[in-house]
Amino acid sequence: MSGDLVYGTELAITGLLIGVMYSMVALGFVLIFKASAVFNFAQGAMTLFGALTVVGLSPLVGLPLALAAALVAMAVLAVAVERWVLRPLIGRSALTVFMATVGVAYALEGLAQLIWGNQPRGLKLDIPQAPLQLGGVYVSPPDLIGAAIAGVCVMLLVLFFQRTKLGLGLRAMADDPIAAQAMGVRVGRMWAVAWMLAGAVAIVAGVLWGSRIGVHFGMTQITLKALPILIIGGVDSIPGAIVAGLLVGAGEALGEGFLGPFVGGGVQEIVAYLGALLILTFRHQGLLGEKTIDRI
Amino acid sequence: MSEITVPSPPARRTAPAPTRGSVSAAARAFGLAALLLLPLAGDEYWIKSVALPTLIFGLAALGLNLVVGVAGQISMGQAAFMAVGAFIGAIAYGRYGLPLPFAILAAGFASAAIGIVIGLPSRSIRGLYLMVSTLAAQFIVLWLLQRVPWFGAASHGILSIPKLALGPVAFNTPHARYLLTLAVVVPLTLFAANLVRSRIGRAWIGIREREIAAEVLGVPAFRYKLMAFAAAGFYAGVAGALVTFAWTGAATVEEFRLELSVKLLGMIIIGGLGSVLGSYLGAAFIVLVPIAISIALHAAAGLLGWSAVNAGTLANAEHLVFGLLIIAFLIAEPKGLAPLLLRGLDAVRNIIRPSFRRAGAGPQGEKE
Amino acid sequence: MIPQDMARWHMARRRAAPTRGPISAFLLALSAAALLTSALPARAQDSDKEIHHPMLVTRTGPYATGATGVSSGQQDYFALVNAQGGIGGAKIRWSECEFGYETPRALECYERFRGQWKVVYPNSTPAVVALSERLAADKVAGINPGGNRADATDGKTFPYLYPVVANFWAQASSTIRYIAQQEGGEDKLKGKKIAFLHIDNAYGRGAIPVLEALSKRFGFEWKSFPLPLPGLEQSAAWVDIARRYRADWVIQWNYGQSCSVPFTEIQKVGFPVERFIGTLWCGSEEDISAAGDLAKNYVSASYQGVGTGFPVIQEILGKVYGAGNGALPRERVGTVAYNRGVFTGIVIVEAFRNAVRDHGLPLTGEKVLDGLNKVQLTKARLKELGAEGLVPEILLSADYHGGVDPQVFQRWDGKTWTTISGWIPPYEDVVWEQIKRSAEAYRAEVASKK
Repeated sequence: MSGDLVYGTELAITGLLIGVMYSMVALGFVLIFKASAVFNFAQGAMTLFGALTVVGLSPLVGLPLALAAALVAMAVLAVAVERWVLRPLIGRSALTVFMATVGVAYALEGLAQLIWGNQPRGLKLDIPQAPLQLGGVYVSPPDLIGAAIAGVCVMLLVLFFQRTKLGLGLRAMADDPIAAQAMGVRVGRMWAVAWMLAGAVAIVAGVLWGSRIGVHFGMTQITLKALPILIIGGVDSIPGAIVAGLLVGAGEALGEGFLGPFVGGGVQEIVAYLGALLILTFRHQGLLGEKTIDRI
Repeated sequence: MSEITVPSPPARRTAPAPTRGSVSAAARAFGLAALLLLPLAGDEYWIKSVALPTLIFGLAALGLNLVVGVAGQISMGQAAFMAVGAFIGAIAYGRYGLPLPFAILAAGFASAAIGIVIGLPSRSIRGLYLMVSTLAAQFIVLWLLQRVPWFGAASHGILSIPKLALGPVAFNTPHARYLLTLAVVVPLTLFAANLVRSRIGRAWIGIREREIAAEVLGVPAFRYKLMAFAAAGFYAGVAGALVTFAWTGAATVEEFRLELSVKLLGMIIIGGLGSVLGSYLGAAFIVLVPIAISIALHAAAGLLGWSAVNAGTLANAEHLVFGLLIIAFLIAEPKGLAPLLLRGLDAVRNIIRPSFRRAGAGPQGEKE
Repeated sequence: MIPQDMARWHMARRRAAPTRGPISAFLLALSAAALLTSALPARAQDSDKEIHHPMLVTRTGPYATGATGVSSGQQDYFALVNAQGGIGGAKIRWSECEFGYETPRALECYERFRGQWKVVYPNSTPAVVALSERLAADKVAGINPGGNRADATDGKTFPYLYPVVANFWAQASSTIRYIAQQEGGEDKLKGKKIAFLHIDNAYGRGAIPVLEALSKRFGFEWKSFPLPLPGLEQSAAWVDIARRYRADWVIQWNYGQSCSVPFTEIQKVGFPVERFIGTLWCGSEEDISAAGDLAKNYVSASYQGVGTGFPVIQEILGKVYGAGNGALPRERVGTVAYNRGVFTGIVIVEAFRNAVRDHGLPLTGEKVLDGLNKVQLTKARLKELGAEGLVPEILLSADYHGGVDPQVFQRWDGKTWTTISGWIPPYEDVVWEQIKRSAEAYRAEVASKK
């Protein structure tokens, strides 16, 4: 293959694999937004909290138990948030609930570092690091495995939504809350379930990102990347989050590689937001979102 | 934002929202003036750490409240507008030698212009979508400020300004800075209060409550939305210039990160959406409560005899407590701090002059 | 934001709102009470027996990781000085004010302890800049070792700001000199390609003029690879560096958490770690530990020595930690951030000593400012203090506030740092040219136009 083609392919593959990880972060937002129309600012803090719990416990009890403990912590958090934050705020404007999630984010960041300290920690998954060479293109095993794990998670989520009663309840709530409630779906419990799912996704995202960039406060900033992805994919669409994550990942890598040199680099930061602005202009429900998200 | 409000007694209905009871306007104006001038009498700490940041961030929050609380749009880019104001103000005053009032105005108008651009997507989108598009603005504006050499932040991220003076008057003491800030903040606040009650304000409220109905009634919604964004930008720009001139003495980009935008949003939600007074109360909350928590926790730790090893623990506990306090206030005070304060004043008045107690003037929320 | 259906449904569920007067009243009273306390800052006066030294610290948020070590290192050194009898019979007492790297809170902290500051070291460029006007009014020194403003070396233009040690330009040029040494001489730099991977802000771009000047002088090629803040996403840049640009050396000018990101990328693209050099802001355990073994053989610059092998650190371990008074877990003593704190502590205490010698107790900020201008950490003096190799020679004056200084280089073995070079000086002419040009621009900035 010619130089530029190999280079482009490698960039694209790198970008796509990162895109999968973006998708995981965006998924957490989508799950909560779908169930409760709440934009959850605390998703970043949850990612940090989950990853810190896993990293903090795994030397003591091993990775599987640490993951389980983190899941339990997230479940407790979900129930607490539903009981003491969402339920008292029923009937209040979305902005107020958003602000409450900002409060949750503060509290969670404080709590996470209160328990685990503020030293950054490394997170090693036993994955060979040396790149594989496929037809002149280098591919990184950790990225491949990360993508596979993310893929499995998405499959599980889809199965959950399609095959379980809880999943059905969540879907019903997302479609028509009043009808769902009339049919006996318990709203509070659905919210708690949605937050638990988002918590589980946050743990996976936290562990995957943690193995790349280390586990530290900076994680909360990665989650900001998820916002334009949400818009591009559609805030209420799980497949949308995946597709948009992939698009943004590849777009960033290719943009930086081929456009960057002409404007002095640093295009990465803007690519996702430019994409989001384009989508907002031409198809503001997002690529795969429901059209009637905000009726007038 | 449409909520069921417990019907207010007729006596309250007759008076527009901010006017309460029959205490004369003069008395209230006198009380307010006394309150505003109070810091001048006290320690400089009061001016520099309490009064100045509350007024300046309150002014920026007030602008945000016009677009979010009154016009029902949403903006996560208010800190970026402040940054524009901080730099344009410093450039106008320092580099081009504009007199101080004009430099402040230039900062406001520059930010207002950016506000109009940022407001353009509001033509067709609302809610979360608008939030993300204004968020994009936050990133892009700061990116440009750091990238374009003209702004003077490219090499050190800092733009310093010459000594502050207007003709023969030098603003080199905290007291003078405070008076300068008051001279800017008070008229702008009065203007905003009147703006909300004017035709424009009513149009904004119409758009907030039901955009299509407003359009049917002949309100060109998009134009009014742009006006709201321009107003928000103007107030933020002036506030940004005040940060530079009256508070820190130099413009830096890093002060105006996304965190500040989120905090400004917090100020108006906690203070009271759509409330002029609430913007300042919310600013006071966000600026001062973390300080208060920090001092309280340190005092408590001192009493319990914990050693300095716990300093990091205390700092993290501060975050935890602040987060919980935000949630608690949101739950406890649906309408924000503004009605709470007014209610408190009512109670005080009732204690002082029981004859003032009007039938049924219970502690319900403020009707917007 | 909430779909209208959802809002209506919410409303249907809503019960008549109970008034929550008591709760709010309680919360309000609580905050009012706390505010009142905060408004009456303790005005502990300095005495002949005590030097009160307020400190700005960052123990929360994204910048807390290294900052904690720096603050604690200083405190341990103060504790050592106290254990040895203090300064002129007075003990140093420090109070912390947490500002979480937020400028407004740094300003509040400053006001809270106003009149009691001796030397202000927030370890944050925005904070020190925002404070500079107050510092000038109160005649207190603000120091920011290794940070901005880099041009504050010029004490005539910046009477109250001190870089103290190697500024950005000195750091970059000393790094190029180190690379030249590795290549076997400055003449060998010709035709080499150096990739400059940096955070895309004023700090990250600070070194660029020096690279430009030196590339003209020595004939090497260089290219900027800017990373948007917070710099955690570097894949595209690394594919470019390794596959297209094919750099011979990579210099990273990241900050904090973005410092450890390159090591997974390096593995992916197969770039040799030995040819990857970090700025001193990417050279602490906290910066790299997340990468662990992947960063083995990575070399970074530093403005001070690392490890516990210095007499002064041993004394701290013996007299401070031995007595159970250490500010950190013992294993963090001797880390880069910690030693950086001890370094700063040494400079501050030296300034205190000079101030006590020339002006007597009780100390004030103005006396310490003069003391700082007289800091003469010569080789002999460093030996006396047990800090030889920990601290380079630092000779300050009213006109020269430090900054044109050498660096040492240290290598990461997967767990700890080891110093591997002597003090490598910068190209002074290049550094001075930048200082002069930048100070000139500042004077134009603040010159009144009227």
